[in-house]
Order: sequence, then C-alpha cells, then structure tokens
Amino acid sequence: MADNMKPKELLFGPILDNNPIALQIIGICSALAVTSNLNTTVTMALALTLVTAFSNFFVSSIRNQIPSSIRIIVQMTIIASLVIVVDQFLRAYAYSISKQLSVFVGLIITNCIVMGRAEAFAMKSPPIPSFIDGIGNGLGYSFILIILGFTRELLGAGSLFGIPVLSKVTDGGWYIPNGLMLLPPSAFFLIGFIIWGIRAVKKTQVEKDSFTPAAHTRASEAF
Amino acid sequence: MGMRQILDTKVAPHFHEGGKFEKFYTFYEMFDTMLYSPSSVTRSAAHVRDGIDLKRVMMTVWFATFPAILFGLYNTGYQANMQITEFGYQAIPGWRADIVALLTGFDSGNVLANFLHGAVYYVPIMVTVYLGGFIWEGLFAWKRGHEINEGFFVTGILFTLILPPAIPLWQVFLGISFGVIIGKEVFGGTGKNFLNPALVGRAFLYFAYPAQMSGDAVWTAVDSFSGATPLSLAAAGAIDYSAGLTGAAFTSGSVDLSWMSTAMGGIQGCIGETSTIAIALGAIFLLFTKIASWRIMLSVILGTVFMSSIFNAIGSESNPMFAMPWYWHLTIGGLAFGLVYMATDPVSASMTNTGKWVFGIVIGVMTVLIRVVNPAFPEGIMLAILFGNLCAPLIDYFVMRANIRRRLRRSGGAV
Repeated sequence: MADNMKPKELLFGPILDNNPIALQIIGICSALAVTSNLNTTVTMALALTLVTAFSNFFVSSIRNQIPSSIRIIVQMTIIASLVIVVDQFLRAYAYSISKQLSVFVGLIITNCIVMGRAEAFAMKSPPIPSFIDGIGNGLGYSFILIILGFTRELLGAGSLFGIPVLSKVTDGGWYIPNGLMLLPPSAFFLIGFIIWGIRAVKKTQVEKDSFTPAAHTRASEAF
Repeated sequence: MGMRQILDTKVAPHFHEGGKFEKFYTFYEMFDTMLYSPSSVTRSAAHVRDGIDLKRVMMTVWFATFPAILFGLYNTGYQANMQITEFGYQAIPGWRADIVALLTGFDSGNVLANFLHGAVYYVPIMVTVYLGGFIWEGLFAWKRGHEINEGFFVTGILFTLILPPAIPLWQVFLGISFGVIIGKEVFGGTGKNFLNPALVGRAFLYFAYPAQMSGDAVWTAVDSFSGATPLSLAAAGAIDYSAGLTGAAFTSGSVDLSWMSTAMGGIQGCIGETSTIAIALGAIFLLFTKIASWRIMLSVILGTVFMSSIFNAIGSESNPMFAMPWYWHLTIGGLAFGLVYMATDPVSASMTNTGKWVFGIVIGVMTVLIRVVNPAFPEGIMLAILFGNLCAPLIDYFVMRANIRRRLRRSGGAV
C-alpha cells in the first residue's frame, strides 16, 4: 500500500485529504477532552505526533519478526513504552499541564490513530515511510486540535495560551464568554462544522446517503 | 382590483421563470402563501399522515400559543411594574423605559401599562427571532431550491416564549441561529430534525450564557433585580405545601404565593411559561383540533405524578424538593408549557401510539428527577424533552419490532 506513495503525500495527505478526525472519525475522545485551552491542546498534539511517529517506526522495524497472532500485543507494548516516556517527560518538565491533561496522556495508548497507523500502515511498510506517515497523521490530528483549541479558548475564555485577548465583562471589558465552548460537547459541534467545511470543498469525501429522502416540492410545481 | 389580482398580474410574473427576480422566487412565495392559501399543498408530507396540510398544522399551533403570548405580554409588564411600584426598583434604563414612561408610566394597577411594558421587551425579541429564522431558513431554502416552509413560524414563537424577558438581543439571535442550523437544517430541514429546534436553541443559550439564562436575577425586567423564582423558593424549602390550593404558601413583602397564583401565572419566569391556565387553553384548542397528541400530554403528566409521588413517599431531611406534590410540579417552572407545546412536536416525538406513552412518561419522570435530585439544574423540562427526543426513534424501533413479532406469532410464522 505504501510502495507507491511519495513522502510528501504521506506527510501532508492526512491534513485535508485523509484527515484522521475529519474523514476517518477516529481519535475523537481526546479531541473533545483536551481542547478547552491551547496549552493542553498543543502539548497533546505534540505528544500524539511523536508517539505515532516513533511507534510506527519501531513497529515497522520489527514487522517481519512479529508473529501475526500476537501482533496487537506487541504493538501495544511498544506504544505503551513510548507513552510512558512522554508522560514521565511531561511530569518532569511541564507538571501543571501534565496535571490538566490527567489521564489523557496515558490514554494515547488506546488512541485509535496510533493503533490504526501501526496496524494498517507500519505492519506493511518500511521504517522510514512509516515514520513519515506517523508524523503526517499526527499533523492531521494536530491541525484539527489546534483549530478546536483556538476557537474554544478564544470564545470560551477570551484568551489564547492563557493570555487575555478579548477583554471580559468580569474584568470590566465588553466580551461575555460563551460558557458552552468550555464544555466538551462544543468540540463535537466544531468538528461537525470543520467536516462540513472540508467536504464542501472536497466533494469526494461526501458519503453516499444510505437512504433516499422524499423530494421537496419544487418551487416551479406551485404554479 | 383586489389584492389577489394585483399580486397575480403585477407582482408574481417578475418572480416566475424568466422574470426579473426569478432568483428570489423563494422569498416571494413565502409572503404570498402567508397571505393566501397556496395553489398546491404539501404532497410529500414531512410527518403528516392524513389529508391536512403542513401549513395548516403549523398555523393551528401558532394560534394555540396566543393565550400564552397574551398572558406573557401582560405578566412581563406586570412583574416589572409591580417591582417598581411596590418595592422601589428602577426600570432598566434605555429606550424601552423611555417609551413606557412617556406613554403610560409604571403603574402595576394599569392593565395597559403592563401590556406596554411587556410589549417593549417581547416585540424586539420576537422580531429578532423571526429575522434570524428568516435569514437562515431563507439561505438554506434558497441554496437547496425549495420553499421556505412554515415550520419556523412555530419554532420562532415557541423560542420567544421560553426566554427570559431581559435577555440581550444578540444572544436571542445566536440562540435561534444555533437552533435552526444545528437543530434542524443540518439534518435536512423541517420534518427531518430529531430534536426540537426551539429547545436546541434554548439549551445552547442555557449552557453558553448561564448568567443571562438562569438564576434569580434574570426573570423580571427591572434594573439590578434579584428575587427567587417559585422553583428556587421550593428548592430552598420556603414553600409550605400544606396551605392548600388557595392559601398563601409563601409570603414576601405584600406578595403572596399560593398554588392558585402559580396556576394563574402572576409569577416570574420565562415570557410564556408562567400561566398554566393560559397554556391549558392552548392545550384544549390543540386537542380539539387534534393537532397535538393527547397521549403525550397525558403520559407526561402521569410520569410527573408517578415520580413525584415516589419522592414524596421517600422523603428527605436535607432536600425540600422531595416534598413537592405533583400539582405544584405542574404549575411552577416550564413543565406545563413544555408538555403542551414542546413534547407534542410531531416531528421529534415518538410516532407510534404505544411509543407516545413511553415517550411522555420518560419526559415526566426525567423532569421531576432533574428538578429534585440534581442541584445544578433547578428546571428539568428542557433537558427532559431533549432526552425524550433522543430516545424517540429507539422507542419507536422497539414498538415496531414488538408489533412485527406479535403478528408473526399470530400468523404462525417463525419468531
């Protein structure tokens, strides 16, 4: 599958053409949970990109040695070790962000994007393209996450990276923060809007209806 | 020459194919059919399963809200004027207060002054709602090439009636935009929405701007007001249920709160939700014209009675809401309004008759459950109906499966 793909496609394809969140609809859980402000969003995006890239790389390096029947367990072991490294690193150098992210760093282990790429791509491709593919999918995930984090923190708290941008009413300004944006469901709506936007431009991503709705009465039939 | 002839000969041709304003046919059609019956009626019914036309259904519901609207207009003004005359509050400064001061003054004994003070809050909200709905419905209808249909008439009026009077107008616009787009249009428009669009819009505002949508400060349109609603009084244990139906269950200043006053509606709350009697008039009209389902209305009430009786029986030392009898549940807050106008929405409710019973009971039970045991939400009907809407397709699915199984068994087929 990977033989005929150029590194450029591997790297940038997942951003718009084959986005893990917007087209494959995976990795939604963490996208809802960590995007209420940009600090945690960016940290999470970086962590997931690194884990995906390196897990792809290592899984791919030993892909010919892994017995097929226990391949998921081997992949999980590799991913889990990488996640523990990331988690320990965050605890050491960014303790407050690590606390805000709480279990979600640990849950990268079960993130469908990481598992999915290891199983679908790294098991069939050489290490270097696998590594690039991991970075690419991480970028696709990060792209959506940063849009979410930006919108949610700006509208929900009037700030970006914790720095006030819109002056809030409570601080004597004019902006009334939209409390819904700080709640996880808002990310659902925003992801919906992003998917809507992407599919409006890239028509090939639109799925066929599984049903045919009854036709509306056409305006011309009224006379 | 009558109006019809003028429209047909002078105006309409411009909007037909080949005319100057061909592109704007959609908008012309909307105004034309608002004035006259259209020459073609809905053929592929969105949810109607008999000869009646979608437009007629929507208009009937619209008329059924008139008692609630009229009472809401009066009560909004009355609450504000009463606080001003009895308790020395000031009207919220601005053009609204200027109009009222100029024409009638703030006398709570003067019916006209109450209507006027209510109207200066109600009318701008209604205009904003219809403007927002017109923009979004028009845009989607235009892009999709069908007429603007009448569903929004009802959504708009219901949304207006479930807002607090002093809400900022930009929030009204945001709320109705969210309700129309997310609650309805993204799923394909009228008849294809699985949630009640008016409630989606309100839920959006409720979670986005809780300071303007809930609490004790927003329900009466006077400056820096704060006064507990009957629901928050009940949650604080201040209401004495043993006072009977007409006795004073709560007294503050010179104002008594009895069960009768909550049923009449002279209490603070959302614009249209306060008077259970006005809502009951609308309900009778809806039931008489067979537009709304009596099964849903009755089962919501049954669910409420059932759940509140359980709570009454259990009792609680720390939570006074446990003691509230069902007839109080019915008259305070938005339960009555929700069960008559919102839960009966034929598109988002269950379609099967058995399903309607289950759907209504779920809503009644959930409303009381949220009110009594969840301290974060004083009122539960909005969330309960949205929850019911989500369950409705599933309820219908099980009802239909059960029916198929029963018929198979009867005909001796394999189960």
